[in-house]
Amino acid sequence: MPGQLLRVVTAGSVDDGKSTLVGRLLHDAKAVLADQLTAVEAASERRGYDGADLALLVDGLRAEREQGITIDVAYRYFATANRTFVLADTPGHVQYTRNTVTGASTADVAVILVDARNGVLDQTKRHAAVAALLRVEHVVLAVNKMDLVDYAEPVFDSIVGDFAAAAASLGLDTFTPIPVAALGGDNVVERSARMSWYAGPSLLEHLEGIESSQAAEVPARFPVQMVVRPRTAEHPDYRGYAGRVEAGTLRAGDPVVVLPSGRTSAVAGIDTPDGSLDAAAPGRSVVVRLTDDIDIARGDLLAVDRDPRPSVVRSVTATVCWLAERPLRAGDRFALRHATRDVPAVVDEVETRLDVTTLKHDQTDELQLNDIGAIHLRTAEPLPIDPYSLNRSTGAFLLVDEDGGATVAAGMVAAPSE
Amino acid sequence: MTAVATRPVATRSWLSDLEDEAIHILREVAGQFERPVLLFSGGKDSIVMLHLATKAFWPGRVPFPVMHVDTGHNFDEVIEFRDRHVARLGVKLVVASVQDSIDRGRVRETPGQPRNPLQTVTLLDAINEHRFDAVLGGARRDEEKARAKERIFSVRDDFGQWDPRNQRPELWDLYNGRHRRGEHVRVFPISNWTELDVWAYIEREGIEVPSIYYAHERPVFQRDGMLLAVTPWTQAGEGEPVTTESVRYRTVGDATCTGAIRSIATTVADVVVETAAATISERGATRADDRASEAAMEDRKRKGYF
Repeated sequence: MPGQLLRVVTAGSVDDGKSTLVGRLLHDAKAVLADQLTAVEAASERRGYDGADLALLVDGLRAEREQGITIDVAYRYFATANRTFVLADTPGHVQYTRNTVTGASTADVAVILVDARNGVLDQTKRHAAVAALLRVEHVVLAVNKMDLVDYAEPVFDSIVGDFAAAAASLGLDTFTPIPVAALGGDNVVERSARMSWYAGPSLLEHLEGIESSQAAEVPARFPVQMVVRPRTAEHPDYRGYAGRVEAGTLRAGDPVVVLPSGRTSAVAGIDTPDGSLDAAAPGRSVVVRLTDDIDIARGDLLAVDRDPRPSVVRSVTATVCWLAERPLRAGDRFALRHATRDVPAVVDEVETRLDVTTLKHDQTDELQLNDIGAIHLRTAEPLPIDPYSLNRSTGAFLLVDEDGGATVAAGMVAAPSE
Repeated sequence: MTAVATRPVATRSWLSDLEDEAIHILREVAGQFERPVLLFSGGKDSIVMLHLATKAFWPGRVPFPVMHVDTGHNFDEVIEFRDRHVARLGVKLVVASVQDSIDRGRVRETPGQPRNPLQTVTLLDAINEHRFDAVLGGARRDEEKARAKERIFSVRDDFGQWDPRNQRPELWDLYNGRHRRGEHVRVFPISNWTELDVWAYIEREGIEVPSIYYAHERPVFQRDGMLLAVTPWTQAGEGEPVTTESVRYRTVGDATCTGAIRSIATTVADVVVETAAATISERGATRADDRASEAAMEDRKRKGYF
């Protein structure tokens, strides 16, 4: 059975044919079952379309099907002989950028779509900015609807050039451009005979071949989710800390520091119901025992006691995606969610906002819905954090509305500050 | 504790990734909520959920009860399994009965119609009565196109309603369980699993499931393109000849609207092979309740269904 899991997010502007591309990918990769296809064919016929509209495979909500747009992230699953895929299909509308951010946050690969007739739009730059900001490891530029520009190489080259310029100013070093025509399936799963000038792989071939390079070995981070103290006849004195290794590899015997308290100890054992482990890789859910009996609770962070250690701070400079209808301003208060810890936080200053047209960071004192900007905030309690560039999980946080509980911002630590 | 042989770091598979993700989510529920409950029907997805919960809280006990929203139209094998399974694991079982809701006049039954839609009222009443603040379900995004749009932590308002156009952004693996009084959160730890993943995991972990998931001889008849079992609530009508066939179930729900499939898969390994080769989706093959319209599931979910 296929081994490695690859998480892919797709993003494109309205009418770039993104849902059609995803539908085509699923269909040609044989991930659509007969009854699902029959349902799509029947629905297409009711709408008076010629042939099956594969977009209806993914646009599942009533409102999406009525308006022919994607509103919320749809997750789809398929496997080839080589790999298992989780595909997050996200909306193109500016209005729904927050859903694109949702899909991108867990992705290994971002497939950004443009319509060959329209080229790179502001919304394309916004998607590139989101991929760059969230540090999605691989970016694919899929230039779709090549059939509508006579499969012309110069059109493709010009779009790739425009995108490269935008990508460079966003700090996206590399990306893979692929010319496709989703409607007819060119270069989606099978290579196209109509673009002989293109020597590269089809989209699926490229995705199958991507090496997910584990982030450089960093000292392990282990946020404590809960304390395990069974106090049963079988385990009268057991005391362990349940959580998930969020970065690096945690090994039995590793010296650790408990943050924010700063107490030190060492890993006595790494337990799972299937047996003990010598080492737990990133992503593993385990129970950790320490050599010392110290006060640890949910919300504490165990970090391997060597550099770079997390900074324990009450003040943070961060880049945020603002996801709420009302604007973000200095003085606003939130619950800040970091790893397994919630702390009250207040925004000191809104510093800059990214202009997605010019890709410049402009001075501002407020952020509107879907804006990306830099802010400075203070927390009521010390927080053990890493820069997001070092560690995607201990460098990330949410701002949560204290009354309603809504998630209003995605935050990425730029730098801890004193 | 009992230490078994240690395993090398490198032997990872996508099933282990899915297991680690589900365990992380289950522990977040225990950490963030005061009164969680796990929905347990005796179906394969809920059995896998309970198995994951025992692993998540090991070597401690599962720190919340399980609840069956019981339509009363059950397969005997499933109820027998349910009771034996929870007794063995030592978890508390709450049964919320659709029949009680009917008897108390909370819902009205339409003769000849399945009781599945009525479960919503029974479920919401039970959530209120027990003041559950998190309800863990085994729904998967691959099952159905409205479920493909579902968050892992999904807030429900006072009326249990789902608003698919106004869902919280869900970033990284930071799950936000904050909610107002009267609201509750539905949590779906196996969102990212497929039917095949579930079976591959059942095989890997050696998990017991009710016997009706494996091929057996049963009197059945055809209705609306589905194979229905002869039960006290489903009788063959005129022009619906009853034949005894080798069948199994892909899903286990209300007996009146859950169809069987012809199968000779008698072991979990056979079922894995059969599932991998299936050309019809799980719900498409076996669930009459999803056939009502293009958006049948979305409409039920909006009102508070699982």
